[in-house]
Amino acid sequence: MDIQTLKDKAKWVRSQTMYLHGLAPQTRIASSLSCVEILVALFYGGIMRFNIDDVLWEGRDRLIISKGHGSIAMYPILADFGLIKKDELRTVCTQGSRLGSIPDPTVPGYETINGSLGQGLGVACGVALALEQKKSKSNVFVLSGDGELFEGSVWEAIMFAGQHRLINLRIIIDNNKVCMLDYCRNIIDLEPLEDKFANFGWDVKRVDGHNIQDLLNAINSSLVVGGKPMVIIADTVKGKGVKRLEIDSLSHIKMLSAAEVDMIIEKMR
Amino acid sequence: MSGENPKHMLRDVFIEQLYERMRKDSSIYFLSADFGAPIIDKLRSECARRFINVGIAEQNLINVASGLALEGFTVYAYGIATFLIMRAYEQIRINLALLASLRKMNVNLIGVGYGLSYDVSGPTHHCLEDLGIMRILPNIEIISPCDEVSTRSLVEYTLDNNFPKYIRLDGKPLPAVYDSHDRMPLLHGFKSVQQGSRVCIVSTGYMTHKALRVVKLLKEQNVNCGVVDVFLFKTIDRDALRKLLFTYEAVVTLEEGFMNKGGLDALISGVLTQQEFSGRFLNLGFGDEYVFEIGDREYLYSLYKLDDQSISATILDLVKKI
Repeated sequence: MDIQTLKDKAKWVRSQTMYLHGLAPQTRIASSLSCVEILVALFYGGIMRFNIDDVLWEGRDRLIISKGHGSIAMYPILADFGLIKKDELRTVCTQGSRLGSIPDPTVPGYETINGSLGQGLGVACGVALALEQKKSKSNVFVLSGDGELFEGSVWEAIMFAGQHRLINLRIIIDNNKVCMLDYCRNIIDLEPLEDKFANFGWDVKRVDGHNIQDLLNAINSSLVVGGKPMVIIADTVKGKGVKRLEIDSLSHIKMLSAAEVDMIIEKMR
Repeated sequence: MSGENPKHMLRDVFIEQLYERMRKDSSIYFLSADFGAPIIDKLRSECARRFINVGIAEQNLINVASGLALEGFTVYAYGIATFLIMRAYEQIRINLALLASLRKMNVNLIGVGYGLSYDVSGPTHHCLEDLGIMRILPNIEIISPCDEVSTRSLVEYTLDNNFPKYIRLDGKPLPAVYDSHDRMPLLHGFKSVQQGSRVCIVSTGYMTHKALRVVKLLKEQNVNCGVVDVFLFKTIDRDALRKLLFTYEAVVTLEEGFMNKGGLDALISGVLTQQEFSGRFLNLGFGDEYVFEIGDREYLYSLYKLDDQSISATILDLVKKI
């Protein structure tokens, strides 16, 4: 896909994500909007290998969604590829639906149980080791929030991956800089984040997380550099696309009314 | 059992047998949270790529194990029981118990030192909670062998069954309960190791040894007490166990853990009450408090009226009331 088509996809995913939030206000909209371009780059940018007829196809790249709450943006993408039916999107968070506000592997395309933060990278380390042992060419991608880096389990995994030189492991941090109650820097400042990873034996890239071309360049370079696991720190804006969320340190717990969603989607057209 | 009865460290028995399998089967991983055993030196030099010391990092131990198992490997995750299961309890819940609802995963948590195995190390190293907190989690089997023979046969069980398991092993060497030609009834998950009349102790692990000592004391008082050893907690054949226990007039659970907190006592009372048990039921174990006193295991037991003599006296009282 050319870059313009990818940008259009991102626009579509963003509006669909807001549409889902309009149907199900329990979904975390701000956190989902910040990772739209990251998911678009992975799924449409020729990065992720997957097989829609066999979600557990051995040759697939593994995508572990560590920031479960903020991955509602993946629902429309899965529907676009036919992994779930487009009609099913409308059932989000309704009785009997498998589309909850936090996705788990009952939804095709999700590998792990999500929702408990700080767990994805450690599991990904095990998967990466296993793939290496199997001499597989598949990669492991982790989508992580920045807030969950406060969890100690993440740093156990960061140290482990560096020590074991898990070259097939890539974590993309949706660095939207906002936790639930405040800006991360006011809680425990994670910066300089590049140095922290580099000191634990990781290759580091830092990009504008809403620039699909930059994301693709970074991820693609990570696939050829080798020798170390790679972190891509994607600087993003929490609530991207919704002005009042973008400037709100409490955006994580803010909801948009159905009318507001309609208005924003209308404007995006 | 007669003659010499040598003691065995069950972790050595377990890992030694596993090592023989690991040498031939490249789909087995052994992860340790910086916890050792003499046999591990051999294992890590011969299976270097599949032995990983993750460091003192139990949370990551479980998560890495989970990731390997998702990719089809059989994984053993080894550590001190209390830290293995309690430091990493949420990892066990999310990435083993929950995930195993949806994906096949053969992860085997080997926890060494349940109960008061680490007697003088104090309450951080004591593990009186494990049966209760692990029984709560769906999808995880609890394996609790009491001696060398049962440990050996359970190694095969862990390899053959593709779901998460918690294997609890004593921290101290234990003598034999079973004869080498005994076959462990894996489909039952328990074995009657002493046939009695009227009263029966149900126990697991170290407590089965204690139960057998208590049986000897009771015999001197002309009480013929039975002993049932439980070694599989989830897949245990409840109907068969009920049938056996209903032949007694009193059932006593003896566990090296807190009473009334979902451990062995809860399992057995659940089995008994599923159909109306007309006999008496008594649970023995530790009360709702931690053990700070210093001394060897049996000394600590004596402080909590769980020494052989006290237990024998308690059961004698019970028998008089039948």
